[in-house]
Amino acid sequence: MIARELSGVEPRPGVAKPDPVLTADGVRRRFGGLVAVDVEHLEVQRSSITALIGPNGAGKSTFFNVLSGFDRPDGGSWSFDGTAISGWRAHRIARRGMVRSFQLPKALAKLSVLDNMKLGAPRQSGERLATALLPGRWRSQERTVELQAIELLSRFGLGDQRDDYAGTLSGGQRKLLEMARALMAQPDMVLLDEPMAGVNPVLVQTLLEHMKGIREIGVTVLFVEHDMDVVMGISDWVVCMGVGKVIAEGTPAAIGANPAVIDAYLGTTHDEAGFGEAETADD
Amino acid sequence: MSSAFQDAIAAGLGVQAAAFALAAVGLNLQFGYTGLLNFGLVAFLMVGAYGTAITVNEGGPLWLGVLVGIAASVGLGLVFGLPTLRLRADYLAIVTITAGETLRIIINAGGQNSFTQGPFGIQQFANSFFKINPFPTGTYGPGRVSFSESDLWVMTVTWALVALFSLAVYRLVRSPWGRVIKAIREDEDAARSLGKNVFAYKLQSLCLGGVMAGCAGIMLALSQQNVSPTYYLPAFTFFIYTIVILGGPGSVWGPIIGAAAFWFLIQFTAGVLTDAIGSGWIPSSLLSTDEVLTFRYVLVGLGLIALVVWRPQGIAGNREELLIDDR
Repeated sequence: MIARELSGVEPRPGVAKPDPVLTADGVRRRFGGLVAVDVEHLEVQRSSITALIGPNGAGKSTFFNVLSGFDRPDGGSWSFDGTAISGWRAHRIARRGMVRSFQLPKALAKLSVLDNMKLGAPRQSGERLATALLPGRWRSQERTVELQAIELLSRFGLGDQRDDYAGTLSGGQRKLLEMARALMAQPDMVLLDEPMAGVNPVLVQTLLEHMKGIREIGVTVLFVEHDMDVVMGISDWVVCMGVGKVIAEGTPAAIGANPAVIDAYLGTTHDEAGFGEAETADD
Repeated sequence: MSSAFQDAIAAGLGVQAAAFALAAVGLNLQFGYTGLLNFGLVAFLMVGAYGTAITVNEGGPLWLGVLVGIAASVGLGLVFGLPTLRLRADYLAIVTITAGETLRIIINAGGQNSFTQGPFGIQQFANSFFKINPFPTGTYGPGRVSFSESDLWVMTVTWALVALFSLAVYRLVRSPWGRVIKAIREDEDAARSLGKNVFAYKLQSLCLGGVMAGCAGIMLALSQQNVSPTYYLPAFTFFIYTIVILGGPGSVWGPIIGAAAFWFLIQFTAGVLTDAIGSGWIPSSLLSTDEVLTFRYVLVGLGLIALVVWRPQGIAGNREELLIDDR
């Protein structure tokens, strides 16, 4: 149904969407003389799965960092669900409902898997120093949070590991944990930075199913990915960046046939393989 | 029991051990649970002690002095933390070690008529503390493990504070608040990405741990009836680090066991070495009795290296947690 809403949208960089949840304008980030991000206008459709693709150094991760408040832009503004959030600190953006994951999963190794999950829950009264010493004030909320966490963990196939230290999980399980933990924060939108990187093909399918599940509950997904098969298979919309700019956007079919995208990936001489290759590091 | 052993037991229970344990409880909250590299811990003891001493010296009552000392520790936490806690962790280490030493030098630079009385320090400000000592005059304890009534009074209050603060830390680190500070220790960006105000939590931990260290400074100052700048050298901080690492960072019992073990070992090695020199086992040309007091720190250092190699989690730490692969 999202695909249908977007099918009539013209595949042109900066095009307006019927119901944008995230709108960015003139977002620029320079590192010395290098312009890493220079996005004139971008809208992300609500409850869609939107892929952000582009060759290494295109500025995808930097754009993520800026949007999520982990990096400061040199200019520009962006708003989320009607709230101008440009310049906000990272934790406020997360609280507002836009939660990100990281390229290298940040499982909190010396916390249990369950504690990792519970950490994600928003508005916990026991997280305030003044009430932390009064368990009566937070115990019932803690139980609710724990039930949510256990439910999500079993949905993500981590139910049996809940009392293990997160540091004992495999790389793939950490990706799952990070995705599940982001959902604990009850987000309206998740930014996933290469959720499939370094993950075996079976787990890729699992992660894709979970991403579809996230869309089904109405949460918008914006994700960075290099594997074009993955991108084409799951996305409602694809945005391609090159040298900091949005060089193309459109439905997966339109992007697959876009010469600018092919050029960006393969170079004009077409002698460099890179299309569809898994990358391990982008920044 | 040999006299060296009895002396060592007394040192492991005594005023110093209790006060160091108290400071270690605070450092454990900052470093062991939150991961803050506070290398200026001694400054918290110093402002606590000076806050109390100056207030009494200027004519205030002791209870007010204690409150001023505690407030000064909170203030120092804000001064250290506000400019640095947004930055990377190593900046806090650099700022705290230099700021602490700078503050000590400033205090030392004061003249005899200044508030701090410079290098002369302030004495005899704890009389009203010893006036309410419930223990009658005498010595308490068996054999050489004995304490005067005033030492016993200081020990009782200080160990009681250790118990109180340890209980508070125990409950805090098992609360959702504790979950957040441990998450910050592991990876502050992850905590931030989940909507936690990392800066505020670090500041709370720094100030709360600082209050505990401030109380340790107050108790030491009361027991000695003296504050003077030469007492608060940067090495003091590293003794407390030694204690926390010895006991096991990130464990509630660690600072207590670490402090008792530290002072036991310091006293025991000195006693044994002095005996060995006295009875000719160690020729005095190799090690004189004057050198023992310095040489014992070499032994403690070697012991700490051995501990880190064979028992890296410390005496009370959790080995499983330490061995977690931290990719």
